[in-house]
Amino acid sequence: MGELRMPSLGADMESGLLVEWLIAPGDHVARGDVIAVVETDKGEIEIEAFEEGEVGSLLVREGDSAPVGALIATLVGGTTPADADELPADAAAVPVPTPAPEPPAAAPPAPPRVRASPAARMAAERLGVDLAAVTGTGPGGAVGVADVERAATGATTAGDAGAPSEDPSEALRRAVGAAMARSKREIPHYYVALDVDMGPASAFLDARNADLPPSRRLVATALLVRALGLAVRDVPELNGHFRDGRPRPSEDVNVGVAVAMRGGGVVAPAIHEVDRLDLAAVMEALRDLVTRARAGRMRGSEVSDGTITLSALGSGSVDAVHGVIYPPQVAIVGAGTIADRPWVVDGSLAVRPVATLTLAGDHRVSDGRRGGRLLMRMADLLMRPEEL
Amino acid sequence: MNESEAIDAIRRALAEVAPEIDPAGLALDVPIARQVDLDSMDMLAVLAAIEEITGIEVPERDVARLETVAGGASYLMARAGGGGA
Repeated sequence: MGELRMPSLGADMESGLLVEWLIAPGDHVARGDVIAVVETDKGEIEIEAFEEGEVGSLLVREGDSAPVGALIATLVGGTTPADADELPADAAAVPVPTPAPEPPAAAPPAPPRVRASPAARMAAERLGVDLAAVTGTGPGGAVGVADVERAATGATTAGDAGAPSEDPSEALRRAVGAAMARSKREIPHYYVALDVDMGPASAFLDARNADLPPSRRLVATALLVRALGLAVRDVPELNGHFRDGRPRPSEDVNVGVAVAMRGGGVVAPAIHEVDRLDLAAVMEALRDLVTRARAGRMRGSEVSDGTITLSALGSGSVDAVHGVIYPPQVAIVGAGTIADRPWVVDGSLAVRPVATLTLAGDHRVSDGRRGGRLLMRMADLLMRPEEL
Repeated sequence: MNESEAIDAIRRALAEVAPEIDPAGLALDVPIARQVDLDSMDMLAVLAAIEEITGIEVPERDVARLETVAGGASYLMARAGGGGA
């Protein structure tokens, strides 16, 4: 008997609201397949299966919440370590989904958001419909695409949508704020910085992009992600987490990329195994990640698996950004805008495109010299971009 | 392609990528980057949208010509008039 459980999608997450099932009893599920959409204060996240098998029963109804770690579905013929004592004896025989227990209230509850599937949210934005005014006909009053389309044509049924909804970007801002406040309370940050000559990298990008259509061109952030992914292998203690009082370096290099959301707020989903992807693959992954993050369609593994994060300001901004470490990670690298600056070349003044790289590190795990090593290694790689 | 078609194409491309803006409200001679929050990936999406709308592919070396809506419109008209040189 296999199990699908509610994953932890953030250091502070206690429960998730199951918005939409993407599997049904009888479906075959492989590890990594997206199985449901869960609403968290970071928005809607697609959660993935960690086991494979044939779906037995769905134990949580759409619109209900389940605590982190709770069993949400069963798999038949799954590949799991047998934890038979954790399963209810008749789990296989339950044909009707039973509601999950209510999550414990830890903090003052936030005003309820409108329950709507991601497709309904996108439709609402496209059609200019206010979700709060739509009557949902899905489970638990959830709003589906059909409800939004009906509202758009003016054929709404009378009746209100219940409690006023909260703007999703407000919820995100509050979640980010809570995580950053916790980071500053608990993690002793130190900071190092290094200016890097981005001449070779800029020339490399221009040459590469000259004959490519926009959909295949590279942006500088892709170079930075790849350089960070390779450089951190030299300073492995900076790649991983600090949990239960101990550093826990990671075998995998999953680089989180800070993405600014159009309504405000920042999320940092991770690109997995950056050290094993070539530059084109990193760019593809980056493009896909940013598009989905802004559409509110990130995956659970992206939100929880980051081992180090890059915050790149991009063009038209300031020289440097000193980031706040995303717990439970132990470092965050910042990159400012690439801009022409005076630079010394062979003892004379020249003008070069320069970027300031910064690193904030957890002083329980590393110190300034080790953090500095990571930045110097990144700089070396950026000076030889054809090797990225 | 006349000027108003070119301006309209650019506005539509921008609105696709940045749905929160009012395309008609964009000043024609002020740099777009000062009026709309677009990062480098958004810019690539705008170029792709322009290509989809007008059929004109903007190579990387010409991207600076699209700094303003007016500048971009002149560029697109020249490309369209010249038969996509």
